[in-house]
Amino acid sequence: MIRLQGEFDEQAADRFRAHVDAVLEQGGIRDLVVVMRDVTFIDSSGLGALLGRYKRLQALGGRVRIVAPPRHVRAVLELSGVPKLIPILRSERQALDAG
Amino acid sequence: MGAANFVAIEARAILENVAVIRYAVAAVASQLPFTIPEIEEIKVAVSEAVTNAVVHAYPGEPGVVRVRVEVDDRELTVTVEDDGVGIEDVARARRHGWSSDPERLGMGFYFMEEFMDVVEVSSAPGQGTRVTLRRRPEQVAPSAAEPSATVN
Repeated sequence: MIRLQGEFDEQAADRFRAHVDAVLEQGGIRDLVVVMRDVTFIDSSGLGALLGRYKRLQALGGRVRIVAPPRHVRAVLELSGVPKLIPILRSERQALDAG
Repeated sequence: MGAANFVAIEARAILENVAVIRYAVAAVASQLPFTIPEIEEIKVAVSEAVTNAVVHAYPGEPGVVRVRVEVDDRELTVTVEDDGVGIEDVARARRHGWSSDPERLGMGFYFMEEFMDVVEVSSAPGQGTRVTLRRRPEQVAPSAAEPSATVN
């Protein structure tokens, strides 16, 4: 589970990619939950970084889920079509309950 | 809304400045009666245009991005300009889902078009790129001529 805070633009996307990929390199993780409750902004760079990790984990038989994006962030997610691939959940609890 | 206003920014084309420009544009846009969701959409469109200038325009040493934000009594205009490599095929670059980089979504121009009323792109190889974004607020500004209260 990774908690993002602030603005998910290209600068943050670079850090997100580096961080998540470093963890994935260590192996053993196939299920990524991205908590977006405190994300205040997202553009196509942030979406691209999410989709990139989705492709990587999908190739490993894993999955990615998004938790609790604020309304305006969710609107950008919906417009991009990303939720068709990466489900949006209401809470961390829902992610954990779903295993 | 009073007299027309403009703010011009010249910045090094680096990622750190994308947020700086986004905030500046949002602050100027707030001089028109945009709603908060509208301002958020404008921020996304501007972020896309400026990120393109930072990521694609200067493959070597970062150059300069120039942004001019203008408001008149009814419309916001944002011009984002660089002196970089330019876009060979503007029509292809604007196509939804097309990106020169596999890590990218290729939705930058799509978001600009979704969130702004008008998107104009002027570019040629070696000639830099100029993107012009325009948007009007959905709601009409309350007129100063109308009384806000009635006297009985």
